[in-house]
Amino acid sequence: MSERENILGRIREALKLAAPFPGAHHEPADHLSPGPDTAQAREWLPGVGQTQEQQFDLFAKNCAELKADFQRFSSRDELKAALLKIRDAEQWRRIASHDGELTQFACRELGLPTLFTDRGYDAQALEQCDVGLTECDVLVAQTGGVAVTSRSTGGRALTVLPPHHVVLARREQLVADLPAAFARLQATYAPHFPSMISFITGPSRTGDIERILVLGAHGPKKLTILCLLE
Amino acid sequence: MVKKLMRTFVSEFKVRATEKAGDLRLRQFIRTALSGYEAARDRRKDAFQSWEAARQAAAQIKWQAVNHLDEHLLALTGKLEARGTRVHWASTDAQARDIITQILRDKKARSIIKSKSMTSEEIHLNHALAAAGFDVVESDLGELIVQLRHEAPYHIVFPSMHLTRGEIKDLFQKEIGDSPSDKPEDLTMVARRFMRQKYLSADVGFTGANFAIAETGMISITENEGNSRLTAALPKTLITLLGIEKVLPRFADLALFLPMLATAGAGQAMTCYNTMYSGPRQPGEPDGPEEWHVILLDNRRTELLADPEQRDALHCIRCGACLNVCPIFRNVGGHTYGTTYSGPVGSVITPHLRGLQEWKHLSSASSLCGACTQACPVKIDLHHHLLQNRHNAAAAKPDLVERLGYKIFGLVANEPKFWRLGKKIGWLTQPLQHFVKGSRLDPARAWTKTRDLPPMPRETFKDWWRNRPRAGSQDRSIGTGL
Repeated sequence: MSERENILGRIREALKLAAPFPGAHHEPADHLSPGPDTAQAREWLPGVGQTQEQQFDLFAKNCAELKADFQRFSSRDELKAALLKIRDAEQWRRIASHDGELTQFACRELGLPTLFTDRGYDAQALEQCDVGLTECDVLVAQTGGVAVTSRSTGGRALTVLPPHHVVLARREQLVADLPAAFARLQATYAPHFPSMISFITGPSRTGDIERILVLGAHGPKKLTILCLLE
Repeated sequence: MVKKLMRTFVSEFKVRATEKAGDLRLRQFIRTALSGYEAARDRRKDAFQSWEAARQAAAQIKWQAVNHLDEHLLALTGKLEARGTRVHWASTDAQARDIITQILRDKKARSIIKSKSMTSEEIHLNHALAAAGFDVVESDLGELIVQLRHEAPYHIVFPSMHLTRGEIKDLFQKEIGDSPSDKPEDLTMVARRFMRQKYLSADVGFTGANFAIAETGMISITENEGNSRLTAALPKTLITLLGIEKVLPRFADLALFLPMLATAGAGQAMTCYNTMYSGPRQPGEPDGPEEWHVILLDNRRTELLADPEQRDALHCIRCGACLNVCPIFRNVGGHTYGTTYSGPVGSVITPHLRGLQEWKHLSSASSLCGACTQACPVKIDLHHHLLQNRHNAAAAKPDLVERLGYKIFGLVANEPKFWRLGKKIGWLTQPLQHFVKGSRLDPARAWTKTRDLPPMPRETFKDWWRNRPRAGSQDRSIGTGL
C-alpha cells in the first residue's frame, strides 16, 4: 500500500469517532455543519466605510500606517508628473516592468532603459533594476494592501526583487474588504488561477531583532501606490 | 529504556527551567518584547467588529476541515496534481527526509534556500541535509540568526526574540564577517546583502505552509520579509512541506484566517505578504519553479486525530498567541521545553507526537490559568487538554506512591476524628519543620525548596466558628428582618 493510502486509512479510522463541535464541548456532534459562510466574515472583520470616497480614505490611512506611499490623481498628466518626480529624486537608472496599459504609458514617459519581464528575463538583470513598476488586480481598503498575480503583473519576482515597488492602480480596482477581494479574484480567474496570487500589505518588514520594526528585510524597502481616478 | 529517557526529559526540563527562571535579565527582556506585542494585538482585536464571532467562525471552519480531512486532502492533492505539482505523502519524519533528499539528488542540487518552516524543524531537516552534504541556508532573518548559532527557534513565530542586538552583531561579525553597527536597521541590511545572491544562485527553494485550500488546490504562505516570495520565485525547483492538518475548505476562508493569524500572531492587521500558490510556473508565465514538490506529512498527527476529545488541537494555525500569554513560557522560555512546538499548544500536542509518558511533565508545568485558551484564535480548549493529558497519563500508568497518598488523604479528610487528629499533629510538629526546611528530610521539600510554608495557626477556622462572638439580640432581629 502506498503512504497515501496508509495516511488516508488512518484518517478514516480516526474519524469514526465524532469530535465535539466547537463551543459545545462534551456534546457529540450529530450534525455536520459546513461552518459559517465566509461572506459573513464581513460582519466581524474591521469595519470599512460606506462610500467609495470613505474607502479610499481608509486605504490611504492604512497605507500611511504601513509606511507605504499612496497618492491619488485625477489625470494622467498628474500621474506622469508624480512618476517623474520620484524618478529624479531617487535617480533611477534602470527600471523593470511588464505589459499593461498603465505600465506602458508610464514606461514611455519615464524614458529609461526598461526590462520587461513578460517573456522571460535574466534574474541578475532584474536584481540590478532600481524599481519594479507594475499594475495590480485589487486594492483592499480594509488593509491598505494590493493583490498581484504571476499572470497579470509580470511574474513572481518583479513585485518583490527590486528595492522599490511602484504600483499603478485604477479607481475600479478598489474593493471594500478582504471577502470582496477574494470574491473578485475568484470571479476573475477561477478555475484557471495564476500559479501565484499575492496580497502585498506594505513594504517588506521584519521585527526579528528586539521586535524593532525595520523596512526592507528581503523584499522592497519602499512601496508606492499611485492610483488614477479618471 | 523508556523509563530512563523519561527521567532525562523531565530532569532536563527542570534544570533548564530553574536556570532560565532565575535569569532576571532575560525574563525582563522577554516581558518587554511581549508587552509591545500585547498592546498591538489588543488594538488589532479591537478593530474587529466582533473578534469573538470571528473566533467562533474560525473554530467551526477548522472543525469542518479537520473532521473531513480525508475528503479535503483528496480535493487538495487532485487540484495540485492537475496543474503539474508533484504531491508526496510521508507517514513519518524519516520518510519526509528521504523524499526531500531524493529530490535534491535527482536535481543534482548543492545549495538550498529555505524559508521559515516549523514543520521542517519538526523533522530536523537542516541537520539531515547538512549531514548529507547539502548547503542549506535559512532566509528568514530570525531563522538565519538561530541557524548561525546552531540552536532551535526560541519561539514559533519570533525565532530570535531571546537575543539582544549586541549578541546578533557579534554573531554576524563572526559568521558573516559584516556588522557595521548594532542598530537593527544595519543588522537587517547585513542579512539582506548576504541573502540576495543566494536567492539567485540556489538550486532548490524550500518553504513551509500556513494554509492549504482544498477547493482551489493552493498552498498559502504568510510572511513579512519577502524571503518566502523570493524562495518560491527564483530557484528552478521548489519543495514545500506541510502537515496534513493545514487544510481549509474554501478559498474565501482565507479572508477570515489571514487577518486573524496576523492579529493573533504578531498584532498586525495583515502580514506583509500573503501568497497563494497553485502550481509550478504555468504556460505563459515568465518565471517560477519548473518543478514543485509538495510533501504532506502525518508524523503522528493521525494519532491526535484519533482522540476526539483533543482533536481540536489540530485546528492550531501556529500563531504563537498562547505562548505569548503563558506565564510558564514567559518565565522558562522556549528552549526549556526541548520540543519543536513550545508553550501551551506544544505541551498539549507533544505527548501525542512523541509519547505521553515521556512528555507528560509539560502538562504539569502549567498553572491551568486558561490564558492560552482565551488567546487562541481558533478556540482550542488548551488548558482543558493540559488537564486531560495529566489524567490520561495517570490512568495509563498510575503512580502508586501518589495513589497511596491520596488514599490516605481521602480517609483522613472523610473522617472528622482523623482530621482533627491530623491538624493537632501538624500543629505540634510544625516547629520541627523549621530545622529541615528545604532539605532532603523535609516532606514538603518540593514546595519549601523555593517557598515558605505558611505557619498553621493555633486556632483553626472550625475553632473560631465554634467560639465566635455571638451577635446580640438587636443584631439578630435585624438579621431576621432581612
